[in-house]
Amino acid sequence: MNTLIFRTVAPYLSALMLLFSVFVLLRGHNEPGGGFIGGLIAVSAFAIYGIACGVSAVRRAMKYHPMSIAASGLLLAVLSVMPSIFLGQSAMTSQWLAVPFLGTVIDLSTPLFFDIGVYLVVVGAISSIALSLEERAD
Amino acid sequence: MAATKPAIDMTAAMVTEAVPLADWLLVAPILLTMTGGALAIIFRKKPATQPWIAIAVISLVVFSNIALLNHVLTNGVVTMVMGSWPPPFGIAFTADPLGALLALMASIATLCVAVFAMDSIATNERRYGFYPFLLMLLCGVTGAFLTGDIFNLYVWFEVLLISSFGMQILGNEKVQIDGAVKYAVLNLIATTLFLAATGLLYGLVGTLNMADIAIKVQALDGSGPVLGLAALYFLAFAMKAAAFPVNFWLPASYHTPRLVVAAIFAGLLSKVGVYALLRVMVLLMPEGRDWLSSLIGLVAIATMLTGSLGALAQTDIRRLMGYLVIAGIGAMLAGIAVGNEAAISGAIFYAMHSVLIMTALYLLVAFMFQISSTFSLREIGGLYVRSPMGAAIGLVLLLGVAGLPPFSGFWAKLLLVAGALEAGRGWVVAGLLVSGLLSTLAVGRLWIFAFWRGGNEHTVDGIQALPIAGSAEPKEISLTIWLPLVALTGLIVLIGVFPEGMMSVSDYGAKTLLDPSTYIASVFGGTQ
Repeated sequence: MNTLIFRTVAPYLSALMLLFSVFVLLRGHNEPGGGFIGGLIAVSAFAIYGIACGVSAVRRAMKYHPMSIAASGLLLAVLSVMPSIFLGQSAMTSQWLAVPFLGTVIDLSTPLFFDIGVYLVVVGAISSIALSLEERAD
Repeated sequence: MAATKPAIDMTAAMVTEAVPLADWLLVAPILLTMTGGALAIIFRKKPATQPWIAIAVISLVVFSNIALLNHVLTNGVVTMVMGSWPPPFGIAFTADPLGALLALMASIATLCVAVFAMDSIATNERRYGFYPFLLMLLCGVTGAFLTGDIFNLYVWFEVLLISSFGMQILGNEKVQIDGAVKYAVLNLIATTLFLAATGLLYGLVGTLNMADIAIKVQALDGSGPVLGLAALYFLAFAMKAAAFPVNFWLPASYHTPRLVVAAIFAGLLSKVGVYALLRVMVLLMPEGRDWLSSLIGLVAIATMLTGSLGALAQTDIRRLMGYLVIAGIGAMLAGIAVGNEAAISGAIFYAMHSVLIMTALYLLVAFMFQISSTFSLREIGGLYVRSPMGAAIGLVLLLGVAGLPPFSGFWAKLLLVAGALEAGRGWVVAGLLVSGLLSTLAVGRLWIFAFWRGGNEHTVDGIQALPIAGSAEPKEISLTIWLPLVALTGLIVLIGVFPEGMMSVSDYGAKTLLDPSTYIASVFGGTQ
């Protein structure tokens, strides 16, 4: 896959896919989408970048080790389950907070943070597997 | 969006009454172990801090499980539905005495293993993720014990299976991969059967919540599909629990991983299978259990006998322990086969005892290897001289696993035998007693050869073989080895000498299983 066209296009393509993965993550609460599928799209972006430019370039681009990303996602998901403890409600009961921002209202909620946690777990775990497989192939 | 939402009466759609803080004890073990697992992964490059994270977290889990058991014993079965969605739509976590008791024992065993592993798991294997796997394994096991939703039970099975795969190949040896493949294939087949049975059950009754299933299956009155499902579930969980004839994976794989890993497997994993059998066969499908009871009885006896005969035939101590695990599984199945209150109580008592003693026995094997550097019953010998304390602990544990008084296993077998006699199942009693005798012979042989005999198999009676000149002095036994061994042995003796407390818990557990009304009331009581 080491063609000039692919290597030129890959960074732009991965950037677009990463952006799209965030879009899919955020629309997930009310429409098809969510953390899991968004995470998979992000991993495909990293995989394309890795096929084109090599594994070390991806590791540099990710900045943190994939395992740490997955672990922090798990931590975030667990924390998002907890706030209802202070309100005398069951675990995972959703809490909503409407924040006015630049003229619109943004709904922040615990399910959103849970979904971001799932996204990070999927990104970390799958890209960790993908990267080590690609490394073996080199 | 929130501002424009019309006012809705939420009481119809959600549980709105306040949840007492104590109910959070149901999910606390899972939240704690997940947090600990995530932290241990983040600190994976600091092998020195990892054990402390794990030990601190698991200690908290032990305390929370003690509080949970106390909560269940004082207030009855406890339920919490996730996200406040009313059951059967929200996923319920329901702790009855059986689940809470096993969760507590599992966390105690895991704590002992975490301490034991401090010295016996090499630094590079810690980097590879021993402690995260251990925490996630405990997460999966307690999740399975505390969930009240059958699909959720499947999910926890997956969590603990994936962690166990990781732990099994710790060390990357060829023989470990071989053992792991057998273990993985058989367990994946069992999990697939479990999932297929759950799909069919959902098709039949249209619900996954265990309390709801119990109600709807009762209404079906033991029709054909229910019996078929019971048979399917029995096969799936019997594979997990290592019951004859689908137990060949256990002796083929439990001697390959690190001994601390084998200890946690022997203590927890097969017990999860037995727990699932108790939950599904006794609580959810009592008609199916009645229909299958003779078959379960035969399987139980075959499992006990192959287990204890296998233990008698082995010369590798690790394999011998594997067969002892199987013999114990047979005894618990015998309780399920008989199915009256005393027998179910005996099965619960045995499961609790088995978690502690199998973990302790594998740790004992690790200890024996530490001072003798061999696993072969032909080579080993003279350990009494090297460690009288170790010999005493070994004697207690080995007699305990054979079910001799005054240790905890005796009371479990007493309950089982009493239950079987009460139900007029003389042949189950015969199987239990013969298997007990054979196990006693097997462990007696092990103790005499390893501790009493002066040296290896060529040593003449009465002579103490001296260590071969030039061979290294036996290593100093550190506190991380003594502490878990002594703690587990102490618990086994304590339960054996004062069995009343445990027996009342297991009786209560059996009552809750046999009469699902309190379980159902706990799940639906608040909303209907």
